[in-house]
Amino acid sequence: MNETLDKTNLTLGDRLRGFVDAFGLPRLIIAAFLLMLYIAAPFVGAGFWMQISNTINRFSWNAIMVLAMVPMIHSGCGLNFGLPLGIISGLLGATLSIELGFTGPMSFLMAILIATPFSVVLGMGYGWLLNKIKGGEMMIATYVGFSSVSFMCMMWLLLPYHSPTMVWGYAGKGLRTTISLEGFYDKVLAGFLQINIGTLSIPTGTLLFFALLAFGMWAFLHTKTGTAMTAVGSNPTFAKAAGVNVDKMRMLSVVLSTWLAAIGILVYEQGFGFIQLYMAPFYMALPAVSAILIGGASVNKASIANVIIGTFLFQGIVTMTPTVMNNMIHMDMSEVIRVVASQGMILYALTRKTEATK
Amino acid sequence: MKKENKLLSFLRDNTVPIMFVVICAVCIPISGFSASYLMNEIVTRMGRNIFLILALLIPIMSGMGLNFGMTLGAMAGEIALIFVSDWQIWGIPGVVLAMILSIPISVLLGAFCGKILNMAKGREMITSYIISFFMNGIYQLIVLYMMGSIIPIKHFSVKLPRGYGIRNTVSLLNMRQCLDNLLAVRVAGVKIPVLTFLIIALLCLFIVWFRKTKLGQDMRAVGQDMNVARDAGINVERTRIISIVMSTVLAGFGMVIYLQNMGNIATYSSHSQIGMFCIAALLVGGASVDKASIGNVFLGVILFHTMFIVAPKAGAQITGDSMIGEYFRVFVSYAVITLALIMYETKKRKRKSLVAQQLQQEQEEASGT
Repeated sequence: MNETLDKTNLTLGDRLRGFVDAFGLPRLIIAAFLLMLYIAAPFVGAGFWMQISNTINRFSWNAIMVLAMVPMIHSGCGLNFGLPLGIISGLLGATLSIELGFTGPMSFLMAILIATPFSVVLGMGYGWLLNKIKGGEMMIATYVGFSSVSFMCMMWLLLPYHSPTMVWGYAGKGLRTTISLEGFYDKVLAGFLQINIGTLSIPTGTLLFFALLAFGMWAFLHTKTGTAMTAVGSNPTFAKAAGVNVDKMRMLSVVLSTWLAAIGILVYEQGFGFIQLYMAPFYMALPAVSAILIGGASVNKASIANVIIGTFLFQGIVTMTPTVMNNMIHMDMSEVIRVVASQGMILYALTRKTEATK
Repeated sequence: MKKENKLLSFLRDNTVPIMFVVICAVCIPISGFSASYLMNEIVTRMGRNIFLILALLIPIMSGMGLNFGMTLGAMAGEIALIFVSDWQIWGIPGVVLAMILSIPISVLLGAFCGKILNMAKGREMITSYIISFFMNGIYQLIVLYMMGSIIPIKHFSVKLPRGYGIRNTVSLLNMRQCLDNLLAVRVAGVKIPVLTFLIIALLCLFIVWFRKTKLGQDMRAVGQDMNVARDAGINVERTRIISIVMSTVLAGFGMVIYLQNMGNIATYSSHSQIGMFCIAALLVGGASVDKASIGNVFLGVILFHTMFIVAPKAGAQITGDSMIGEYFRVFVSYAVITLALIMYETKKRKRKSLVAQQLQQEQEEASGT
């Protein structure tokens, strides 16, 4: 990239083409589209600062689940379509913490503590499985996610939960589909040091929490273990020759990813205010996958910057399209645009030839 | 000793069908359904689903795995049916016209899908899976926004009151089961849709014949090894695209048959689950990602749909909660696909390492002498 910029005799068109190639055409279209939406927002009567705070809020809810993609991409396991497995450990943590009678901020802490062993055990099983089927990870990951979600659908009904805030009122058993977090950890991070200027509100606590985890991830990737993990992803044969235990590194990355997904869903819930059970986690992997891809990651390369840019762009489109499009052409096409943009991005990443060599 | 091994390998190769036979054997008595009711349901569902599932066979033959993109064909079938019901053409002519109309749409979608899958060799399944989501977005764009505003749709029973877009359900009451009822025969209280089965039989014959043609042989060669096939002068890319196009067209026909049996189109959700259920049924019949036969299709439909019918009732009888059975059958569908995918990948790896070992041995022998 630097070389192309140094050569001054290149025409503008060549440079532009080089830039588009490096950045990826779909990514460019999405970024331009979002920019257009922001410019159009004030003209169609949607408050600019209001839109910005909505985007930032949604960013803070989702960023950690997108961050969960990073370790598995680094170790060469591909995009983690099995994210729902981690989400389930998070949900187990959340419901058990409430069942055990914790309230307020304590319930959030306990939810994380309880979710951790679940995510480690499930992650290890999942990692063991993925080590058995190297090369076919993504498809199997998708279906591991689906099976675990549908299995838990039965469990939510059968497990002996009793807390009256969570079970169906008339039957006295079986968890509700949505559980309000009021009195538990609703906005526990978002409310911390929250900044309010006019219509702009920034959930400082959640952003700080994400920054902490993102920094932790960045630091981890620069430790000896982290570098070994990246080596496994970029060239397994070389890594093996250098004495790295390939299977162990992949396992570690899967456990990390699953744990981050568990934390991610808890942070999402505290922002959203509700726990969603049953089929809700079913398609949660797809937005996270497309977000990191929009941010510039590929099937085997991802950085923290990709996570931040991607989540911002993706959530920006999700929040902006309904309001702006509705005001502009009086029809709500946001769903269609979201689906086409996000799935198109995943397709684009899957069909890159240079990355299809594995 | 040898006999035992044979039994063991038979059990291993047919884990999924055997598991299902056991599930059905346990659930049928618990559910308490009468034999004639069960037979009726199963025969109906066979007529409804087999054509769709047969559409999956051709991509498996050409080594492209389970075609999750068959959803595209289903969308084409739905769009064709929407047009036909807007034009108020009912009965058999309507069904035939819908099938004909679905062909160009299916070919277009199938060619698109095949092109993309050629760019993602080695991960066809996940890519075709994402394509089905992507196309669902486009489908919504066309059906919900463009139909009625750009594409002319006249009839009020099809169009949303706001002036454009198609209603959530389009009734096919006037064409409901017209294929199934023509030439239908009742045997001991069980209605057998002879014409539908005849069409299915024709398709089976076509597939058997097709395997022996030049194109069919090419596809099998491509499925065995793409590089060898290319060296043999086969246009690999083209063959793969043709196989996906054929599968999509057949899925389009299958969807028309499926919907004329159901009697209405759930415009925005009929197609979304169809791929998953068809694939699960095929795998239950003992097929794998790289090998599937017509026998697998029939066995799969019978076993899978028996489970599907009895599971909710049996679940309700055991736990007292009807939702358990509903979730159970969804779980089983996904679990079967997961299991089949895992078995396929492990087998593939084993074969690879075996080849590597042989190569090593040969080299050692060569250097030793």
